[in-house]
Amino acid sequence: MKNPQLNKNGELQHLLTTEGLPVKIVRDILDRAATFLDADGREIKKVPLLHGKSVFNVFFENSTRTRTTFEIAAKRLSADVVNLNIGSSSTSKGETLLDTVGNLCAMHADMFVVRHAQSGAAHFIARHVAPDVHVINAGDGRHAHPTQALLDMYTIRHYKKEFHNLRVAIVGDVLHSRVARSQIHALTTLGVPEVRVIAPKTLLPAMVENLGVQVYHDMAQGLKDVDVVMMLRLQNERMTGALLPSAQEYFKYYGLTQERLALAKQDAIVMHPGPMNRGVEIDSSVADGAHSVILPQVTFGIAVRMAVMSMLAGAKA
Amino acid sequence: MNIHIKNGRLIDPKNNIDAQQDVFIAERRIAAIGKAPQGFVAEQVIDAGGLVVMPGLVDVAARLREPGYEYKATLESEMTAAVAGGVTSLSCPPDTDPPLDEPGLVEMLKHRARSLNQCRVFPAGALTYGLKGAELTEMIELAEAGCKAFSQADAPLTDTRVLMRAMQYAATFGYRVWLRPQDSFLARDGVAHDGEVAARLGLPAIPVVAETIALATMLQLARETGAILHICRISSAAGVEMVRAAKQQGLAVTCDVSMNHVHLTETDIGYFDANCHLVPPLRSQRDREALRAGLLDGTIDAVCSDHSPVDDDAKQLPFAEAEAGATGLELLLPLVLKWAEQEKAPLLDALSRVTINPAQLLGQKVGHLSVGAHADICIFDPKASWKVEPAALKSQGKNTPFNGYEMQGRVRYTLLDGQVVYQR
Repeated sequence: MKNPQLNKNGELQHLLTTEGLPVKIVRDILDRAATFLDADGREIKKVPLLHGKSVFNVFFENSTRTRTTFEIAAKRLSADVVNLNIGSSSTSKGETLLDTVGNLCAMHADMFVVRHAQSGAAHFIARHVAPDVHVINAGDGRHAHPTQALLDMYTIRHYKKEFHNLRVAIVGDVLHSRVARSQIHALTTLGVPEVRVIAPKTLLPAMVENLGVQVYHDMAQGLKDVDVVMMLRLQNERMTGALLPSAQEYFKYYGLTQERLALAKQDAIVMHPGPMNRGVEIDSSVADGAHSVILPQVTFGIAVRMAVMSMLAGAKA
Repeated sequence: MNIHIKNGRLIDPKNNIDAQQDVFIAERRIAAIGKAPQGFVAEQVIDAGGLVVMPGLVDVAARLREPGYEYKATLESEMTAAVAGGVTSLSCPPDTDPPLDEPGLVEMLKHRARSLNQCRVFPAGALTYGLKGAELTEMIELAEAGCKAFSQADAPLTDTRVLMRAMQYAATFGYRVWLRPQDSFLARDGVAHDGEVAARLGLPAIPVVAETIALATMLQLARETGAILHICRISSAAGVEMVRAAKQQGLAVTCDVSMNHVHLTETDIGYFDANCHLVPPLRSQRDREALRAGLLDGTIDAVCSDHSPVDDDAKQLPFAEAEAGATGLELLLPLVLKWAEQEKAPLLDALSRVTINPAQLLGQKVGHLSVGAHADICIFDPKASWKVEPAALKSQGKNTPFNGYEMQGRVRYTLLDGQVVYQR
């Protein structure tokens, strides 16, 4: 089957998922992101790579944070940025997704950054845009959030240098998490030999092990000797769907505390895609502690999104 | 009109015939097989040299979308599709708008179908009013109006007491009850099989237990009530095994599968192909193999098209929001032939799954070419290969997961009641 995010020359046309993304492209993105940062991984320079291009942030599901990071990234690339919070308003007015996409194409966008509540929405939009328009998936349902996973990979590489010798644990609601799915594909693509998921059975999809992960239900076992702990956000509505009894019980068994983190390697790093629920999936002392790289993740995220955008629309200008 | 179909390979599963035999039609019925009746003068001769002559296909599940969903399809468009697919008898589920829960609606549908004179329509009536799962329909009246079975279509019937009483009442009068097994709590919001693909794509899932739990309930209630139970659209290996065991224990239960599930699996969803958004969901390869084996050994009595034309606007949406269903009437025969060839099943056996077996599920004297039977006939070219091109389909629904597939076997003539209603 044709990979819908590559053009016929095997170059990146859209970024829809980390699944099936060639490892060379992943490494190119990370390398390019590094050029936007100084040696400390701080300063992000403004560059003219997308000068004259327009980037539309099309958010069918609200997310101030992700939208803002894409906006900053696009502006640092000198692009013109248009933010569209479509929410559910236009569908309630009867406009179909296809009509919305057609309208936006007619406004001569060069790139769409899309977020949508339905798995597969980014693939759907990519299938229907004009051939010279690029689509970046900023999160579709439970399916994928590839720029988040790529910034996570950047973060891991920044602190751990290599991937081939790592043990990584992803903790929490894998079932509903597009972040987790994209992380798993990215980690396995980069050759991480051991990826673990830790969660109660109600928060794991059927046959999750087929994605190439080892399944743990116990935090103590799952965190033992890991190099990287990737926490997932727990949505409040999980408590109402009979998936979990309470946030308190979840924190008691699956919350990341100092004691639990002590089971991981001494130099383990702790990551979180944000926004955090302190006291639900992560204890404040860990979130703000020495192992936490949660704030650097955000900075790297801008560089990684700049890398993706410039790779898609910059080079072929 | 007297018609002589000559030189064809006649395959009639009911009469166990697979031989070169001529067919003679007089007064809309089969007048003779093999040798012309005395004094027979043909007004039309169809040379079926190199072609297969078989009973018109019987499809136990084809949605015609009338009344209520004429923007998806009409009787005209779908009956044309039926005869283009060699289908001369079909049963339509009651999930129209309004549902087929009033005799007047059924009479109107029958009348419309009769006036088009393309294909016989045997409606399945609603088991409960409005398909709401609460109150029984007037089954006697509906049966008198022409309903051949009673069904909930895909609407849930969560109240097991209502289900038991519906089955008891139907059993009282010997009516057939057609049910698709799916626990609506376990299936809630689900759009794909709870397996590898749903895990990968992040699609809300429907586990196999949604089928087996509902199936266990239905089988138990059939034992208890004596209802004539038919299981619709079985989808899982575990489900097939339960039906097999029930049959071995002597329960008079029957079962069908959709042709989509005989050929496709969850992996056909690929990158969110909404054409593969089907009800029930496409399951794993293991499930598909069990369905194929069940169809071969007779655990599954019939294969149907599960024809569900959907308008483009309803399909052009992200996978979960896209309406489920696919067009199918024109693909039923070639897909049965494909299955038969892949499984090395003799045609005589394979074609029973779309002729006499479904006819018996409907309790109708169709699906065979005995002398005296209605001359409903399909003549197809077994060597003709063709490619599925949605725009070329007669059905108003153009959505099919088989888009671009190479098919072998194409209908050349369809006869209904001794008249040629389709020819290509």
